[in-house]
Amino acid sequence: MYVAVKGGERAIDNAHAWLAEERRGDPGVAELSVDQIREQLRLAVNRVMAEGSLYDPDLAALAIKQARGDLIEAVFLIRAYRTTLPRLGHSRPVDSAAMACIRRISATFKDAPGGQVLGPTFDYTHRLLDFKLLAEGAVPAAPASAATPGPVPHITGFLNRDGMIETDAPDETTPPDLTREPMELPASRQLRLQALTRGDEGFVLSMAYSTQRGYGRTHAFVGELRIGTVAVEMDIPELGFAVEIGEVELTECETVNQFKGSKSEPPQFTRGYGLVFGQSERKAIAMSLVDRALRWKELGEDFNGAPAQDEEFVLMHADNIQATGFLEHIKLPHYVDFQAELELVRRMRAEAMQMQEAAE
Amino acid sequence: MTDQAYNFAYLDEQTKRMIRRAILKGVAVPGYQVPFASREMPMPYGWGTGGVQVTSACLMPEDCLKVIDQGADDTTNAVSIRKFFQRTAGVQVTEATAEASVIQTRHRIPETPLREGQILVYQVPIPEPLRFLEPRETETRKMHELEEYGLMHVKLYEDIARHGQIATSYAYPVKVEGRYVMDPSPIPKFDNPKLSDNAALQLFGAGREQRIYALPPYTQVVSLDFDDHPFEAGKAPHDCDLCGAGESYLDEVIVDDAGGRMFVCSDTDFCASRQAVGHRGRLSPEEV
Repeated sequence: MYVAVKGGERAIDNAHAWLAEERRGDPGVAELSVDQIREQLRLAVNRVMAEGSLYDPDLAALAIKQARGDLIEAVFLIRAYRTTLPRLGHSRPVDSAAMACIRRISATFKDAPGGQVLGPTFDYTHRLLDFKLLAEGAVPAAPASAATPGPVPHITGFLNRDGMIETDAPDETTPPDLTREPMELPASRQLRLQALTRGDEGFVLSMAYSTQRGYGRTHAFVGELRIGTVAVEMDIPELGFAVEIGEVELTECETVNQFKGSKSEPPQFTRGYGLVFGQSERKAIAMSLVDRALRWKELGEDFNGAPAQDEEFVLMHADNIQATGFLEHIKLPHYVDFQAELELVRRMRAEAMQMQEAAE
Repeated sequence: MTDQAYNFAYLDEQTKRMIRRAILKGVAVPGYQVPFASREMPMPYGWGTGGVQVTSACLMPEDCLKVIDQGADDTTNAVSIRKFFQRTAGVQVTEATAEASVIQTRHRIPETPLREGQILVYQVPIPEPLRFLEPRETETRKMHELEEYGLMHVKLYEDIARHGQIATSYAYPVKVEGRYVMDPSPIPKFDNPKLSDNAALQLFGAGREQRIYALPPYTQVVSLDFDDHPFEAGKAPHDCDLCGAGESYLDEVIVDDAGGRMFVCSDTDFCASRQAVGHRGRLSPEEV
């Protein structure tokens, strides 16, 4: 008689069991190990760490496996895990000038101290499918040379000597924490950068792209892009000094932007900044463009109504975990609301028809 | 069985304290949206994370929990959230409205009147009643501060001018104690009268939007209207086909290929308890 459209406990359990089976795929094909994902899908692992805001390649690889390769789902798993972790303290700011770089390029100077190092990049590969990868086989070893010792100075530092680029005054205040306080607007630059670095890569990319096409144009050059590992140090109160607790791989991008000056600032170059976990250069470059576009107010520029200049628009929509959850919630039952709408439309239709009949 | 890897009711005590402070502030200023540092939960944003965090902060080991979605205890998301708390808090659960001390709900207020001591926790998708009139949070907060609700009245007036009536059937805006305009969450406007003068504590949690608000017991809540277009709580003009109730909110169910319909109570506990004491509807089987 009454066919229940409502689901139940058993349906959920069965769905989960089926999902587990689908995740495994054909049992005749060897199972993917978390180590394999961590080593061979490292850029996916990096993205999950960056947007999950948790630097742990093993857990990120596990999340990718569990999520069947759906990276946003994997980010979600990492975020949900991260929020349960105790907060023991915070590290000192990492020193990116002391980074052990595997890649470091500048688009503004042909050469500079520290040199141009291409590193492991897709940049000049021809995007031709490599059918050799269909078969398994060892990769010939890449030629090696000794690492350049010592800190690699930042390119923008050279510009700074002539006062050609704005100086960032050192700030000793403890930055706000997006994951521990509600987002309140207007946001400080620290908060904006936090939101951007964990924001969805696709969203940040599109926002940055829109500035290049004229929606809030900031004339960006990549002053420097560097990828490498930095030491993470933490002050231990009992010891009275900082101790290195590990290292993380980072991508850092500083853009140099043309700036003709405003009522409050002289003509000089201005900066946009991007910093992302792992080798994630598309994200780091995009982040630095969006950062720069969002700085219009402090630099005394005009607001052109461009989406990338609009702090509330960018910050409230950058997070893919918030976005995907809310987007997908519309597949939950809404029949109570829909019923209310049905009654309303029926009533309005009845009235409209009556009026039509009366007019005829 | 409680999952030992997590704290009671999942959230750590520091987080619960932060949420309880937001709840207390909400209770002190009824209808005001209190920002809180919403956490990522193990279910997606938009699926009740705000309600789950509020419930988690309210639950005590001796509580008895009921979870409903669309009025029903057996909808998938209600089942999922109930299971979550069974697993992480090990509290007693029930489907009976009268037995529950904490009820988490999505889109409905139970038909059975609530009593003192009960807590009703609403899941809220968009806490801002002015959001679809003004998309900027920075603006809407200012409008609440200045009690500048003219825009809302203009919208309701335009509805009447265009459609002859206020064309909002759920998430119908209310005014709380003559001060804050509040979104009651997407409950059908049929439920709006139950918001006012309710004996239970009503808490609203919006996880993604990081807001909590509250209606303490016996708060006066008025649905916005005009003198010549008074608020009307609407429902389908039928009785329940299973229990015969004439005053409950109904779901419309399509029962055959010919488009045949039946109407049944959306509140499954209300309907089942009426059937248990012998009430019958148009399509009830002879014997139960």
